[in-house]
Amino acid sequence: MIAAYQAVVLVPYGAAVMLAALPGYRVGAAVNVIASAATFAAGLWLLVSPQLVGDYAIVDEFNVVFVAINTLVGFTTALFSASYIGHEIETGRLSPAFLRFYHAMFQAMMGSMNLALIANNIGLMWVGLELATLITVVMVGLYRTPQAIEAAWKYFILASVGISLAFFGTILIYLAGQPILGEGVPSMTWSLLQAAAAQMDPAILDLAFIFLLIGYGTKVGLAPLHAWLPDAHAEGPTPISAVLSGLLLNVALYALLRFKMLLAGQPAALDPGPIMIVMGLVSLVFAAFMLYQRRDIKRFFAYSSIEHMGLMVFAFGMGGPLANFAGLLHMAMHSLTKSSIFFAVGHVAQAKGTQRFAEIRGLSVTHPRLAVAFALAVLAIAGLPPFGVFASEFLILTTTFARQPWLALLPAFGLLVGFGALLLRLQDTIFGEPVGPAHRVDASSVPMVLHLMLVLTAGLYLPPMLVGWFRRAAELLG
Amino acid sequence: MKIAYEISHLLAGIMLVASFALLYQQRVGAVINAFAAQSITLALAVAWAAWSEHRPDLFITAAIAFGLKGVVIPLALRRTVERLGIHREVEKVVGVGVALVVGLALIGLSQALVVKVTQRTMGLGRDELALALAIVLLGFLMMIVRRNAVTQVVGFMSMENGLILAATGARGMPLVVEVSVAFSVLIALFVFAVFVFRIRERFDTIDIEALDRMRGDRR
Repeated sequence: MIAAYQAVVLVPYGAAVMLAALPGYRVGAAVNVIASAATFAAGLWLLVSPQLVGDYAIVDEFNVVFVAINTLVGFTTALFSASYIGHEIETGRLSPAFLRFYHAMFQAMMGSMNLALIANNIGLMWVGLELATLITVVMVGLYRTPQAIEAAWKYFILASVGISLAFFGTILIYLAGQPILGEGVPSMTWSLLQAAAAQMDPAILDLAFIFLLIGYGTKVGLAPLHAWLPDAHAEGPTPISAVLSGLLLNVALYALLRFKMLLAGQPAALDPGPIMIVMGLVSLVFAAFMLYQRRDIKRFFAYSSIEHMGLMVFAFGMGGPLANFAGLLHMAMHSLTKSSIFFAVGHVAQAKGTQRFAEIRGLSVTHPRLAVAFALAVLAIAGLPPFGVFASEFLILTTTFARQPWLALLPAFGLLVGFGALLLRLQDTIFGEPVGPAHRVDASSVPMVLHLMLVLTAGLYLPPMLVGWFRRAAELLG
Repeated sequence: MKIAYEISHLLAGIMLVASFALLYQQRVGAVINAFAAQSITLALAVAWAAWSEHRPDLFITAAIAFGLKGVVIPLALRRTVERLGIHREVEKVVGVGVALVVGLALIGLSQALVVKVTQRTMGLGRDELALALAIVLLGFLMMIVRRNAVTQVVGFMSMENGLILAATGARGMPLVVEVSVAFSVLIALFVFAVFVFRIRERFDTIDIEALDRMRGDRR
């Protein structure tokens, strides 16, 4: 009998092997959905299973939140993908052989992300994140157009440099732990490192954190290191954009936060807070301004992801139970909303046969129902009430205002700038004069509507159970 | 005990020299040779650590470094280069002189940084860590100053060489990590190879300058 934490890793990996062997893309898509549903069930099971600190796996309140979001969005993305990807075969952008590869890689990516999340070992976590990254690189290049190759190449170069620096940081953490915990596996184990943090050499921890911040920060998409992100989102298949924005960025952020917790255990080490506040704000404001110049719809929402990741890093940099709570809530809301936006964008791209804003106009005339869903999703990410994103953004701003009134102005400014860009684009795409072709949309709208309903519900009423999880996770973060 | 450290420092030093050689080579073939030499030196350094510190598991890492990065990957790269017909000179972003000066500065930086940071906790192993960091940074530099896709691959793998050297220098670091690093290099090569061929297929060149014109936003 396997435990929940094993299931969230083993089910996707098992499914990946199976999918690699299965011919026929319809069967593959079905198996992909079933496996993702099973993983989601395992993720829910993990929420109610007891905490655990093993040699290689850890289950605490902090990472179950991440695993739950991961498996949920993985499942809905698989659903979306099953209804969407057939279209790519019809239009000849993908061949059945590539689709088989795509399904196997999708599951392998989910398994690797879950591995990174539940690993109680800094080395294992690094391996999980690196595998997930390499797989997304291949997925981004899946269409093999010159643009897709350019995006994948850039992603690969930046991500592998980032991941190498993160590995050097990991070695340094091991070196910091080694004099206290001895040689071998114990000095790479989260729970033991955490307990021994107070005795570690602060100088080595400082240096290690700088490497880890640059390394994993590249994958979070923080401002000076974000160059790969818009291209990778724009050129890959749409389900992969949804997973990239909704999940992979979170997993990288999770790694960063774990190391922040470690440094918090040693008072003599540098305080990561101010660095994270600055990097977060730079990403937020920069991305908000960049939104105005985007001509490609997926690139546009990729910059919006940078903006929101910046806001989260800012919140976690502020620290304290309330800001951490708000950051975690914002992460959950952003994952759900942004993936629903990418689902909607997938629909729009199918309907209009393009990703260019200039050719996407007047959706309310040609596709009224899609227009409503898309508008709601964009309004949700813009932070309008009653959606959940409003609640989390409001919480971040008010807690900042209570502690550092002047500092709250900057994120508020960035969010307003981003808000303007979102409304501007929304107006053109929804109203405006219809141009170009208007195809029928085959893809299922269930995942999109489901996500929006979850975000709406969270905005109106957060169940006490959910609040409890987030609060305990926020306390663990310190 | 002292002599063991001297030898490992010597080997790490040779790797650093090889990193420099990578920076100033003019032809793609020579770059691949320098990389092979660096990987074989890495294999020797790891094997020496395995023998002198009685850590037999490291022999596996050494064997992987030798077989994969010393022999198989250089041969595969050479084949790629021959099939693509790019024996000509390596395109550079900056001149050799500038690259070498920046490289020297990076070595000074990593020495100063590591020696200062680790003076209280680590013994002799910290010099090796400083050398490893220098190799990582030089690999980084090589990826920046070279335009050719194949030489960027080599820069990346030379960076990985530095990482494995650092992992070996960190006494008792579990084997599982090193094996996965080797594994990742394999995947990386696969990914690179696929892309190099595709880049060639689409652009008739592997000069990544051509890619910059393909930025989606400028369509």
